[in-house]
Amino acid sequence: MISYLANPARFMALSAWAAPLCAVIAAILFAAGAPWGLFYSPAEQFQGETVRIMYVHVPAAWWSLGIYAFMGGASLVSLVWRHALADIAARAAAPIGAVFAGVCLVTGSIWGAPTWGTWWEWDGRLTSMLVLFVIYLGYIALWAAIEDEERAGKLAAILCLAGLINLPIIKFSVDWWSTLHQPASVFRAGGSSIAPAMMGPLLTMAGAYLFLFGALALSNMRASIQRRRVERSRMEGGA
Amino acid sequence: MNPFLATFRRDFALHWAGGGVLAPLGYFLGATLLVPLAMGPERTLLAAAGPPLIWIAAALAVLATLERVFQADLEDGSLDQMLLSPAPLEALVLAKGAALWIAVGVPIVLAGAPAAVALQAPPERVAAIVASLGLGLAAFIGAGLVGAAVTAGVKRGGVLIALIVVPFFAPPIIFGSAVASGDDIDAALSVLAGCALGAVALGPIAAAAALRLQAE
Amino acid sequence: MSVRLIAKSLELARGGRTLFRDLSFTAEQGSFVEIRGPNGAGKTSLLRALAGFLRLSAGVLRFEGAEEPFLTLHFLGHQNGLKGAASADAHVRYWAGLFGGAGGGVLERVGLARAKDLPARVLSQGQARRLALARLVTARRPVWLLDEPAAALDGNGRGLLAELIADHCNTGGLAFAAVHEPLGVASSLTVSLGGG
Repeated sequence: MISYLANPARFMALSAWAAPLCAVIAAILFAAGAPWGLFYSPAEQFQGETVRIMYVHVPAAWWSLGIYAFMGGASLVSLVWRHALADIAARAAAPIGAVFAGVCLVTGSIWGAPTWGTWWEWDGRLTSMLVLFVIYLGYIALWAAIEDEERAGKLAAILCLAGLINLPIIKFSVDWWSTLHQPASVFRAGGSSIAPAMMGPLLTMAGAYLFLFGALALSNMRASIQRRRVERSRMEGGA
Repeated sequence: MNPFLATFRRDFALHWAGGGVLAPLGYFLGATLLVPLAMGPERTLLAAAGPPLIWIAAALAVLATLERVFQADLEDGSLDQMLLSPAPLEALVLAKGAALWIAVGVPIVLAGAPAAVALQAPPERVAAIVASLGLGLAAFIGAGLVGAAVTAGVKRGGVLIALIVVPFFAPPIIFGSAVASGDDIDAALSVLAGCALGAVALGPIAAAAALRLQAE
Repeated sequence: MSVRLIAKSLELARGGRTLFRDLSFTAEQGSFVEIRGPNGAGKTSLLRALAGFLRLSAGVLRFEGAEEPFLTLHFLGHQNGLKGAASADAHVRYWAGLFGGAGGGVLERVGLARAKDLPARVLSQGQARRLALARLVTARRPVWLLDEPAAALDGNGRGLLAELIADHCNTGGLAFAAVHEPLGVASSLTVSLGGG
């Protein structure tokens, strides 16, 4: 599968219709999931209507982690098989993952305001997400700082894998740290105590985020492949 | 002398010769001095919140030394020579990290004792704080080598290193600060030792992989 | 000590540009190989590929009679690999440890005996190049890869360089040098890059 797609020409042909298809599916799922979550799902017993922000917050949290795992996989492919498309995929995914992490942080802060009475609480989950956000920023900044794209891709892949090893350690230490300082955690929504009636809209929204990621990542990849082609043909024309 | 010792000795000597030891130490002490100036001299307040701030000072001092660790070797051609040694590059990177820990880290660890006392840490906790700094700086340096290696070719990469390395510094800071504030010291020390071990074992492998790419 | 290098259909691309393709040559033991070509033709890249720093896009490179390529060769690039704060003597001791050599009498050999205790930062460009040459004789290795080795050297320095290369080749060593002007050593093979 990977080696089949690794040919850039084949990738361009396939992604030419896969990207818009993902966009259409994402739009349909958003159109279904957003009203379902915002109007047609039950309010929560303790938090009331504010719980509805969960449908924006939780999928963003899931996929910001999921995208990082995807980047880790792409980085491994890049380092082991040295294929340029894997670098392009990881690079294309990073800003989307960062935005999802950012959405998660902002909605978490908004959700926290009425529940905790403050815009920011050093809750374990939010703190881990903040660290993930910084990891994304570092990854993106490293790509931007190195001019030679081939080298940038491989170095960023090493950084990405190191970050992947670091993530569970961060999770463990932040959890340890937050139980030490005992904050009030309201983010049980991500855990097991979600009412079944909430699962439908939540999973629909999660699907919408996933296809949105697919559409954006594929079009990012297409853009950077096309840019490389132009640069290459210019260089050969000039030489 | 074997390649590991030769590299260790050279880097250790270069840290001392270039004033590379005094600057981070001064930075550490200076940052520690700023804490009571910012918080006020109130002894109970300092005792409650001051000691963990040693960790901020230590992290900043290490960050300041990371930029040149590999960048200089890349620029002056020393990296090419390291690649031609019979010893694996990973071992040479470990030697450089060890030299950094002994030359720059140990003075900071020792300065940690008076710094802790000045920030009103209870005297019976000072020994644990010094030990935790030793482990924590090893963890910082192990992870820092990776950040330094991937940014070795970037001019003025200091800020970039800081951004890249901060997430790796988070776990040691958490457990180190727990020791400094006296929370569950035994557990925190053993996790800190785990962090140090992991960073020292894995850091040189990732850093060496990055350096091979830098030499291309 | 007898090492020959066989290169078959080497191809190297950097940043989307092909520097050379289908480059084949065989360098017998004891030969001195000149690499020639205009600026940007890929002389440095070829040397770095021979050293194993750069990955070839295609082709086969084989050192016959050598165990491991990286134990077999010395590389002298544009940069001398010196640290300003360390003395000439300290450099030789470091290289002896790094490469596993003896390092005795090396500075005398390259005419730096009197600069032994001076930090590298106060050496002139020519002296710094001589110190870098000292690395070649600190540990005996059969293959030398030299990138414009005469850069910054005066007449005497060039004489010394020619002598070192001749000695090396006469004792069965193999030397490659990217050059613009002849080094004063009879070359047994010339590799030309850049359509020349």
